[in-house]
Amino acid sequence: MITVENLRFGYRSGGFRLSVPDLSLNDGERLAIVGPSGSGKTTLLNLIAGILTPESGRIHVAGTDVTQLSDVARRRFRASQIGFVFQDFALLDYLSARQNIFYPYRITPALRLDQEARDRAEALATACGIGDKLDRHPTALSQGEQQRVAICRALVTRPKLILSDEATGNLDPDSKARILDLLFEQAADAGAAVLAVTHDHELLPRFERVLDFTQYREGLTT
Amino acid sequence: MNALFLAYAYLRYHWGRSVILVLVAALILFVPVATQILLSSSERALVARGDATPLLLGSRGSQLDLTMAALYFSEERPDPVAMREVETVWDSGLGLPIPVHTAFSSSGFRIVGTTLDYFEFRGLQPADGRGLAVLGEAVIGAEVAAALGKNVGDTLVSSPENLFDLDGVYPLEMPIVGVLRKTNSPDDAAVFVDIKTAWVIQGIGHGHEDVVTAADVAAGTVALANAAVVQYQRITPDNIESFHFHGNQDDFPTTAVIVVPNNTRSGTILKGRYLDSESPSQLFEPAGVVQGLVDRIFRIKALLDAVTAIIAVAAFAAIGLAVFLSYRLRAREIATAVKLGARRGMVLRLLAAEMVTLLLLSTGIATIGAVLVARNADAWVGWLLALGA
Repeated sequence: MITVENLRFGYRSGGFRLSVPDLSLNDGERLAIVGPSGSGKTTLLNLIAGILTPESGRIHVAGTDVTQLSDVARRRFRASQIGFVFQDFALLDYLSARQNIFYPYRITPALRLDQEARDRAEALATACGIGDKLDRHPTALSQGEQQRVAICRALVTRPKLILSDEATGNLDPDSKARILDLLFEQAADAGAAVLAVTHDHELLPRFERVLDFTQYREGLTT
Repeated sequence: MNALFLAYAYLRYHWGRSVILVLVAALILFVPVATQILLSSSERALVARGDATPLLLGSRGSQLDLTMAALYFSEERPDPVAMREVETVWDSGLGLPIPVHTAFSSSGFRIVGTTLDYFEFRGLQPADGRGLAVLGEAVIGAEVAAALGKNVGDTLVSSPENLFDLDGVYPLEMPIVGVLRKTNSPDDAAVFVDIKTAWVIQGIGHGHEDVVTAADVAAGTVALANAAVVQYQRITPDNIESFHFHGNQDDFPTTAVIVVPNNTRSGTILKGRYLDSESPSQLFEPAGVVQGLVDRIFRIKALLDAVTAIIAVAAFAAIGLAVFLSYRLRAREIATAVKLGARRGMVLRLLAAEMVTLLLLSTGIATIGAVLVARNADAWVGWLLALGA
C-alpha cells in the first residue's frame, strides 16, 4: 500500500540528508520506526504525508504518487487519506473535545462535516472511552484522555494511513500500552495502516514490523 | 463559515482578551462619532438660541460674558446695567425690552429675574401649575424639577452669596407655582422669578414687621425700630404689603436686557444709538457672538480630531500587534492545521475572520452608543449648556 523508492531529501539549510532506497507497508500493517533523535524519522513521516517534497524518488500511498501531486492536491490528499497522531496531542484549548475531533473538517473544504461524520465521531469517542467527555475542553481532560481525542481526530476522516509521531511519548507506562492498543484497534476497524515513530522499545513487540532508521541517515554535509 | 466558527470559538474561549479588544476598538470608533454628534447638536442649540435673541443690551465689556450670562445663564457676572436702559428702549417705541437678571442661584440652578414678556418671547409654557403672578413666586424649568424632585407647591431657597457675610441678605424662600415644559434649552435649568423678586434676593427690596400700627398713630406713641424688628425670609399674603424698595427703580440693576426690535429698521436705529464707545452700555446681536464661539469650538474640535486620529492609529496598531502576537503564540496550532491538510490561505482567513468579528462587535457597540447619543443629543446638550451655567 505504501511504497517508497530511492527517496532522497535534504533540508535547504543543509546539515542533514536522508536517503531511503526502499520501504513498503501493507494495508492494515503496523510498522514501528525506531532510531536515535535526528535520524530522520519525523522527516520521513512528513515526506510520506506530502508536507515535505523529496529531491528525488517516489512515494506511493494508496496508489497515489504523492511526489507528483500539486500543493493543493497534496493538502487534499493529506486531509482525506492520512491521519496524524502527535506526541503533544496538538489539541486546541479553545475547542471542546468534540470540536477538536471535527477540526480536520473545519480547516479544509476537501472534507464535509455531515451527519455521517458526526455519528462516526460519536462512535469513535465512545469506543475510545471519552464518549461522555466530548463537551469538555482539553484543559479539563487527563493526558490519556487528550491522546484519545487526538486518536479520534486522526481516524474520523477514515484515512488509509495513520502516521503516529511519538504518540505515547508523553504518557505514563500504563497508559502507553492502552493508548497504543486503542490506536491499533481503531485503525484495524477502519482498515488503516499504522506507521509509528517511537523511542519506546517496550512497545515494539506490539508492532508487526520494526524498522531501525539509523541506516537511512547519510550524515552531515556541508 | 468554518473560519468564522473557529474565530468565534477562539474569541469566546479567550473572552477577557476579546472583551478588552472589542471595547478599545468600540471606544476608538465611538468617541469621534459621539463628539461630532454632540458638537453638531451643541452648535445647533447655541446658534438657535443666539438666532432667537435679536439684540442684547448690557454694560460695556465682554460681549461673550454678557451673552453667556443672559442667554445661557452661565456663572459669568458681567457688570449690571441700570433699569433705566429698559425704560429708554421702551420709550423709544422701537422694540420690546426684556430685563434678565441672573446674578443669583438656588440649589445650583441660576435664578432668572425677568418679566412675563420673557415667557412669551421664548414660548415657555407651564407643564404644571401657572406662571408668575405675585412677588416672591418661582417657576422652575423641567430640568430643575427633575433634578431637585420639586413640583408645584414645594419651595426653593435662594443660595446665600457668601456664607461668611453675616451682615448680608438672608436667603429668600420661594414657593414654586409652575413647572415649565421641557425645551432642551438653558431655560430648562433655570428658576424664573419676577425681576422684583430678584431685587428682594439682592436686598434692594425687603419687607419687615410694621413697627407703626394704626393704634400707635392714633395714640401718638413713638415707634422704635431696631434690630429686633423681624425681617421676613418668605413673602406671604400676610407680609407682602410690607415689602418695598429703597431708591429709584431706574437705578436698579439687571444683568442684561433682551431687546426685540419691532422690525429690522428699528433694530438698526437702536444699534446706532449704542455705537458710541464711550457709552457705558452696548447693544449687539448675540448671534454673531455665538457664531464666534462656535467657530472657536470647532477650531478646538479640529485639534481634538487630530489627537483622536493619532490615538486611533496607535490603538489599532496595538490591537494589530496583539493579534499578531497571538498568532505567534498559535504557531503550533497553525503547524498542526497545515499537517492536517489546511489550505494555504486558511490561516489568513482565520485571522481575517477574527478581525472581522472583533470589528463587527466593536462597530455594533459603537453604533448603539452613537444612536443613544444621537437620540439624546438635544437633551444632553441642553444639560451640558446648563452645566456651563
